[in-house]
Amino acid sequence: MAYLFDIFLIALGAALINNFVFYYFVGICPFIGVSRQVDMAVGMGSAVTFVMIIAVFISWTITSLVLVQGAPVSSWVAGFFMAKEQAAKIDLTILSYIVYIFSISSSVQFVEMYMRKFYPPLYKSFGVFLPLITTNCAILFACLTVMSKIVGVENPAEAWDLGRALALGIFGGVGFTIAIVIMAGIREELDLCDIPAPFKGAAITLIVGGILSMAFMGFVGVDSGIRTALM
Amino acid sequence: MSKLPTASERFIQGILPENPVYRQLLGLCPTLAVTNGLKPALTMAMAVGMVLLCANVIISLIRGLLKPHLRIVAFTLTIATFVTIVDRALSAYMYPMSKTLGPYIPLIIVNCIIICRCEVCASRQGPLAAAGDALGQSLGFGLALASIAMVRELLGTGMLLGIPILPDVWPPWVIMVLPPGAFLTFGLLLAGVNWIRAWRSNQPQRGN
Repeated sequence: MAYLFDIFLIALGAALINNFVFYYFVGICPFIGVSRQVDMAVGMGSAVTFVMIIAVFISWTITSLVLVQGAPVSSWVAGFFMAKEQAAKIDLTILSYIVYIFSISSSVQFVEMYMRKFYPPLYKSFGVFLPLITTNCAILFACLTVMSKIVGVENPAEAWDLGRALALGIFGGVGFTIAIVIMAGIREELDLCDIPAPFKGAAITLIVGGILSMAFMGFVGVDSGIRTALM
Repeated sequence: MSKLPTASERFIQGILPENPVYRQLLGLCPTLAVTNGLKPALTMAMAVGMVLLCANVIISLIRGLLKPHLRIVAFTLTIATFVTIVDRALSAYMYPMSKTLGPYIPLIIVNCIIICRCEVCASRQGPLAAAGDALGQSLGFGLALASIAMVRELLGTGMLLGIPILPDVWPPWVIMVLPPGAFLTFGLLLAGVNWIRAWRSNQPQRGN
């Protein structure tokens, strides 16, 4: 029960309270660039969610099995070359950024090729966005958040398991989709408005984003409120 | 093939005419996230400049070896290496600041400015032009970040770099140091830059 509750709070936090776009400012480039039509925004959002789930899965697996200090795979491999006590202290977290970006870009490439070959309709609906989001900050940010929950913690029992990491990935993507779809809906209406010339394009989008961000600030404290109410 | 700009032209272009933030709208994620104070903004600009300089020079040195379909991967891996170095250096010498910047230092890897400059300049020109381009672009990025951070810190706390500037009667606009303030400040400044550009491009026509 406590575990499910934890998952629920992580999901709520990632989707609404600490929304990736409005709170952490990651994935702003597609937010400004792509969010012109609602159907395009839905395609982009689902592509990001899909890649984020894959990326979080890969980064959780690699971090907890290979990179973190005393990880099973790295200490097993190192055991062939050095004493057992030394091998258990191998810490490869310095490589984490290179490993993450490489695994994200290669897995996106792979998924794109697979989808184009075997699921052409699905590829048509959101596959075209896939190469774009290799370098989307939101994906790498989700991986880094998962890493900080595994590497930084003092008590090994408190490190995130795969379920918590996947909850962050899924609902982080959902939060991104919510943000980008709301913005696209507003921009469709904005096309009909008489905007002063200097504000046309990105400037008015940013100001609308600021107002939306204020609205999302209303969620601050909801998680601690639920926690005190239920526990 | 048209002649490519020289090192000094690249340097000048990066500062204002092709400013990465205001003109090209690149690298918006750190622009909005770390500008709640002048000091983190300047540190961020320095980190980005360092990575951009090293990556641009290395990419332009190996540009003959790069295969077209693998170049983006080569760019990101080069950038990731230098970002790791900068991240380690920051946490060794400026630990509180690296805690403040948090995940935004590793997010330099996917900063569009650096990939864009590698693609536009470093993969076509020699190391000297690439270095000039990197310095100009990072100076432009630093100026843009400083302009946003100055407005936000001054209105949000009444201080600059921790030194009180505005009188005590000034009510701090807390919203400016919170996330919505970043969107609003940058949106208004961007509109201001657009307005100045439109005004200046109209000037000569009036003279004629």
